Amino acid sequence: MKRTVPLIITATVGVVLIVSNFIPAFRAWGEEATTFFSIIAAIAFVLGGGSLLKVHLRKISDRNAGWGYSIVVLGTFFATLAVGLLKIGVTPNPAFPDMPWAGDVQARGTAFWWAYEYTFKPLTSTMFAMLAFYIASAAFRAFRAKNLEAMLLLGTAFIILLGRTFAGYWLTSWIPIDGPFSGLRIEELSVYIMQVFNTAGNRAIIIGIALGIASTSLKILMGLDRSYLGGGN
Amino acid sequence: MNRQNVGVIVVFLILGVLVAARAFVGDGMGRVYTRLDPVEMVRIDRPVLDATLVETETETQTQTTESVWVRSDSDQARDFATASSQTVAWNRSEPVTPAEAFAAFESGETAGIRLDWPRTIGLWVAAFFTLAIFSFLYKDNPFYKVAESVVVGVSAAYWMVVGFWDMIVPNLLGNLAPGFVQATFLPGLDAASPQWAYLIPATFGVLLLTRLLPKGQWLSLWTLAFIVGTTAALRMVAYIEGDFLSQINATVQPVYQVVTDADGGVDGYATFWASLRQLTLLIGVLACLTYFFFSVEHKGAVGGVARLGIWFLMITFGAAFGFTVMGRIALLAARFEFLFDDWLWLIDPTNQRVVASAVGLLG
Repeated sequence: MKRTVPLIITATVGVVLIVSNFIPAFRAWGEEATTFFSIIAAIAFVLGGGSLLKVHLRKISDRNAGWGYSIVVLGTFFATLAVGLLKIGVTPNPAFPDMPWAGDVQARGTAFWWAYEYTFKPLTSTMFAMLAFYIASAAFRAFRAKNLEAMLLLGTAFIILLGRTFAGYWLTSWIPIDGPFSGLRIEELSVYIMQVFNTAGNRAIIIGIALGIASTSLKILMGLDRSYLGGGN
Repeated sequence: MNRQNVGVIVVFLILGVLVAARAFVGDGMGRVYTRLDPVEMVRIDRPVLDATLVETETETQTQTTESVWVRSDSDQARDFATASSQTVAWNRSEPVTPAEAFAAFESGETAGIRLDWPRTIGLWVAAFFTLAIFSFLYKDNPFYKVAESVVVGVSAAYWMVVGFWDMIVPNLLGNLAPGFVQATFLPGLDAASPQWAYLIPATFGVLLLTRLLPKGQWLSLWTLAFIVGTTAALRMVAYIEGDFLSQINATVQPVYQVVTDADGGVDGYATFWASLRQLTLLIGVLACLTYFFFSVEHKGAVGGVARLGIWFLMITFGAAFGFTVMGRIALLAARFEFLFDDWLWLIDPTNQRVVASAVGLLG
């Protein structure tokens, strides 16, 4: 029961959706299934929130190390949730001003927008921006041009980096732009690498990924791969 | 408190002193100005002139009215609003540049322009969090941990709220109880009869939440099975159609690529380069695929082609690396621009404070 029903659900849903793709009258089932999937994903956020509560409440009640930060997590979680679900500071929809719940919660000026604009956005973008330092640091330590393959990787990265900066443009600006050697200008070289070599490599990778996904999907739908159920075979 | 924590606190204190000093130099810093725009809407009953466009029970009716909301300062409001007409009013804040704000304050005609305290506080909060995250470059510290906790709390709630208002309300509740949703949240929704098929995602959603219960967690596997089955089927078809076939189709093209000039003749130079490009592309894809093909041992001719494939892949990875680094550096530049432009007012690339500076100098 615990493992058979999920296998039947997976196989039935998968086969029905694949078959419906070949029957024009039922093609809309795919779109419907995507909407179902999105709804379940939205409900999964509730599961994520519940799990967050469980973990951090336990941490606080047990007075584990760093429990004070758990209070910050829960405080900001509940504050954002409250201003978002209760639509605090939301102005009415001009077309239906008598309906207070019809306003857009993400509109500029709402409390939820404030939380996004002044906390979520700067924090996440700064975290991603910090990766610039770590990538540069890792590259400096790991990149060694000790063989042809490493030299190709390093050289390409260097040309692409230079090609997107003014320095790259300036370095080869002495090559006439309409002459026969204009392709040697770094910005042109960068474009050529992206359009030819990079495209060739990416195409092969994409073809490989597509084949891998198709074979994995078939294994799952036929019940050969049951790893998503947990507990081995 | 160890020496390193003291070091971080000292650095933050020095920054704080510098920021405080900056706040009293020139035009100050870190302020957001907005213009308060009062909006008043009034409900009017206006005549519909062309009755043929209106579905009425009696086709012979020539004049009917419709109830609509219009701005109270509009011509229609003046013509059709009465003393008993329902009105709703609120304020809308539109951001203005410091230059506009300083000019308005200087002239005494503020026209609703004011210092927006919530957004100003938000700007300072954002600046604090940006610096707190950057402080991790030195080492892990309490400021970073607070910022990290805020990310976790806010992002979990953010996606829950977005999922609720953008997905659950319009797509789940909107299909199961369209009348209620139309009357309460989404007046523009087409209130058709309920779509009972949407009980399927509702049921699976509820089953998913059993994972939080002490018993019966295995029921959530049913939802997982639905998600896996749906994803496997949709992705398989999409990847075969969208990636596998389309990439092969784009690759298997004539090697001889004719490029014509403005007169319609063959441009030999451009044709040569376009053909070379196509040939290189074809060779590259085949060589990379040969490298990925492990059913044949990579020896002899196959080994040579596979080695060429590795070279193409190395160039691809190098390009991907360069692109990633540039993307991150662009993000970093955006954060520095936020700190130095929006917060500290030390740079002004978009000329938002030109007048402000002039006023400051004059004062």
